[in-house]
Amino acid sequence: MENCIRLDNINKSFGKKQVLFDVSLKIPKGCIFGLLGPSGCGKTTSVKIMAGILKQDSGSAYIMGGLMPDLSLMAQMGYMAQSAALYPTLSAYENLKFFGSVYGFKGHVLVERIDKVTDLVGLTHELKKTVSAYSEGMKQRLSLAIALLPDPKVLLLDEPTVGIDPVLRKSIWKELYYLSDQGVTILVTTHVMDEAGKCHRLAMMREGVFLAEGTPSEIIEKSGAKTIEDAFIYFGRGGGSDED
Amino acid sequence: MRIKAVALRILNQIRHDKRTVGIIVVAPLLILTIVYFILDSGDSGYDIGIIKAPDHFVETLEDNEDVDVKVSYYDSALAEKAIKDGEITAAIYIPDNENDLADYTDIEVLIDGTDASKASRIKALITVAAAEAIKKDIPVPVSFAEPEIETDYIYGSDDWSLFDNYGAPMIGIIIFFLVFLIAGINFLGERTSGTLQKLLSTPIRRGEIITGYALGFSVLAVLQSSIVTFFVIYVLKMPLEGSIWLVLIVNLVTAMCALTLGMLLSTLANSEFQMVQFIPLVILPQIFLCGLFELSGGWEIAGYFMPLYYTTDALTEVMLHGNGLSEIYIDLIILVSLSTVFMAANSLLLKKQRSV
Repeated sequence: MENCIRLDNINKSFGKKQVLFDVSLKIPKGCIFGLLGPSGCGKTTSVKIMAGILKQDSGSAYIMGGLMPDLSLMAQMGYMAQSAALYPTLSAYENLKFFGSVYGFKGHVLVERIDKVTDLVGLTHELKKTVSAYSEGMKQRLSLAIALLPDPKVLLLDEPTVGIDPVLRKSIWKELYYLSDQGVTILVTTHVMDEAGKCHRLAMMREGVFLAEGTPSEIIEKSGAKTIEDAFIYFGRGGGSDED
Repeated sequence: MRIKAVALRILNQIRHDKRTVGIIVVAPLLILTIVYFILDSGDSGYDIGIIKAPDHFVETLEDNEDVDVKVSYYDSALAEKAIKDGEITAAIYIPDNENDLADYTDIEVLIDGTDASKASRIKALITVAAAEAIKKDIPVPVSFAEPEIETDYIYGSDDWSLFDNYGAPMIGIIIFFLVFLIAGINFLGERTSGTLQKLLSTPIRRGEIITGYALGFSVLAVLQSSIVTFFVIYVLKMPLEGSIWLVLIVNLVTAMCALTLGMLLSTLANSEFQMVQFIPLVILPQIFLCGLFELSGGWEIAGYFMPLYYTTDALTEVMLHGNGLSEIYIDLIILVSLSTVFMAANSLLLKKQRSV
């Protein structure tokens, strides 16, 4: 299968602290790929490098065969940051309109896109509210809506379902499956183990290296454990870590 | 198109933020009004105490046509206390000579020298009054070649106050200060809230972000410069010898320079507080070196590196000297170039995050 997202030997340090160690990754087109690991393991750094908003020290990132960062590729990508990156003094609609016009939509196309994505995250009737009056969950949903605005071929979602209630979480996953059927490649980071099980493929990450990669069942099988959580602990030890 | 989207968003944000609008509109008017009253009323009059002096001396002292001198009589024991209490600024004692006439060669003056310039003005008043009094004392008429000065004002006029002199640079300083802070803190917020990173993940160019910001805030700058300009000229009645449009242009270019510098420096700050720390570093030296105060040679050269120096020069040329574009175009060019340099530097700094 064709690789849609590819990381080749990425190293990244912040000051003296190295956060990614020679990381390589291949994600096929149309796959929902889960990046699983505790906070501080390098998930967000990896996603930012894929999104083209952080410079790696060495190595390369490719999206749909093109070297990142590249503006024409970015126009086809949706990125949702870990903390809701919204303008709090603006209304939800003004936020959507702004990002929509940055992606180059205008007129009725812009209005249609906004209608579509807000319907998807269930915010249609909350658009006039100022974002500062939004709950955390609503902000998260609005961020997701903005990531979906460009009708992306690649979606990079950094912990998208944090603070979202189970009903909505289910509907969001339903939408992710739908998008993946349409050929959209989706990368989701999470530290919630049961969510990892919903991904087509999974990579386990710890202290800047990938421990294991495969379908959830492959990973469980390889580790001989019963759950993804147990598998994670198994690979964590096998990776030569100093955890007791 | 994207530039327009960024600019419109800035305006939307400001529209929702009533406080910022208030500060932009009200604060400069408030500051200028206060400065106006302080500088305009500074020379209102002098309270001078007389311990002992001949009547015609006191009359000449009081009769000064330029300033208002109020005279009151004090016992020599109480005069010092009156000065300390602030009732009078100076007290005069003119002793008699052996002929029981006033001895103007031995005038004693007690003075509050806290305000050095005020004290020296009072001393000058006393000297003039004494000279007049001596003339009257001399019994035989001597033909004096009375000095007569005819003053022609090249710049200004005899009814200009201190405010009219300091007001022009003050306009520039206030606009620069407020725009610098507001634009800087706004752009800082863009970074700390994560929206800048989100924005960088879209196909927008770095230059488009910076230009959009500059454009959005320049609309604000136009609004503020107009309000300030019209206020000082039509309400505070500051003299305007040149064209009001040139004043507006100078103010606008100043605001552009302040906003691009504010945005640039905000990249060095991690919080609003750190942004405020730039005030003593960036704003205060400019106030002292911009030409508001007379500077000795070396410091005047330091002023050439301050954007506000060119604003002050241009505003003085237009407002007080009545000069046109030909006298200020170099100032304008320098300010616009500085803004461009600040914008380019900011765009380059963003390159650290995203190379395209």
